[in-house]
Amino acid sequence: MPKIKMPRKSTAIDMTAMCDVAFLLLTFFMLATKFKPDEPVVVVTPSSINNSLLPDSDVILVTVDKDGRVFFSMDGQPKRQKLISDLNESYKLGLSPNDIANFTLGSSFGAELKDLKKVLEMGPDERKSFQKGIPIDSANNELGVWLEYGRTAQATIGVKAGALKYCIKADNQTPYPVIKKVLDTFKDKKIQKLNLVTNLEAAPVGSAAALYQKENAK
Amino acid sequence: MAEMDTSSSGGKKGKHGGTKSKKLSTRVDMTPMVDLGFLLITFFMLTTTMAKPKTMDLVMPKDTENEEEKNKVKESTALTILLGKKNQVYYYEGLAQDPNASANPDFFKATSFANKGGIRDVIINKRDQVAQLRNAKGQPEDVVVMIKADDGATYQNFVDIIDEMAINRIQKYATVEITDQDKTWIKSTESANGIN
Repeated sequence: MPKIKMPRKSTAIDMTAMCDVAFLLLTFFMLATKFKPDEPVVVVTPSSINNSLLPDSDVILVTVDKDGRVFFSMDGQPKRQKLISDLNESYKLGLSPNDIANFTLGSSFGAELKDLKKVLEMGPDERKSFQKGIPIDSANNELGVWLEYGRTAQATIGVKAGALKYCIKADNQTPYPVIKKVLDTFKDKKIQKLNLVTNLEAAPVGSAAALYQKENAK
Repeated sequence: MAEMDTSSSGGKKGKHGGTKSKKLSTRVDMTPMVDLGFLLITFFMLTTTMAKPKTMDLVMPKDTENEEEKNKVKESTALTILLGKKNQVYYYEGLAQDPNASANPDFFKATSFANKGGIRDVIINKRDQVAQLRNAKGQPEDVVVMIKADDGATYQNFVDIIDEMAINRIQKYATVEITDQDKTWIKSTESANGIN
């Protein structure tokens, strides 16, 4: 009987194709990752059971740190540019094109309007310690101004009024009176629907929300 | 010219010289490279998904001067929760519109954010109790929670109590301005409990 001879195969596999795939995916994820912009304040948000996501675009974000300093930020470079040029025009801030570019590329801003030019000319480290927050006293409520101009800038770039989200991101230890002033400012601008930025936590076992979630999952 | 051309790349010269260069395999072991690739992919995948913060909806009531537009809350269905300093929570049933209500020493009570025996149990009790009541149409009543925060409260307390509404699925709640009467009650309870 003739023996069938099995051809002996090498155990080494050609890894080139796998390597290609791995690096393709790596490139994709590296480009897709958006690193957090350098925020002037560190904020530890409280947790809640809400699991709706914070949208990436069409957002006006008001950040309040634990000392009650208020910061304003907005997404989208064209919108930021429109916002800052509008403010420059109405309040005669005398910003140079360089200052405007600085604001457009920057992150949150938290100082008085009259100091805007000074802050934009500072380096990033100096800026962090200088900004004392946007004034929110009833006599001099500049947050209202920022909201007003932010809304206009968002509307002119083509964001529908309903799609625009107003978010508040505050620290655990922020005193309530500051939050109340911020909320009242929103109320003055006829903005009733707000989003509070929180971390996710699980609903407690046996609570009504946990039962509801279980029922809807089925 | 001849001096420069001394490298082994001159094929014919090499042959003449008699030295035979060893033939090396062009295959490289790609395994470590793939390992590294996938390690980095894992890192980027995890960081992208984890950076997403969540949000909580908050609908503020409209300011209205018109008395008729305001919703009236029944004394029997209301629960008032007050947020004090040092993460303290106080509550009483009803709206305390009757100034004599405080005559009862058990009227104004203190509790905490603890999972067991805290404010959650109070809310659940009140909800079940109010569900026994019937309105004019014979349907079960809904509890209405009034949230009042004192100046000593923090943002965390505020979010926690709104979260408590979501946890217990309370549909009707409102954040209300704190009254001077409430503040005096909080003060006296604080001094009685030794919280400064």
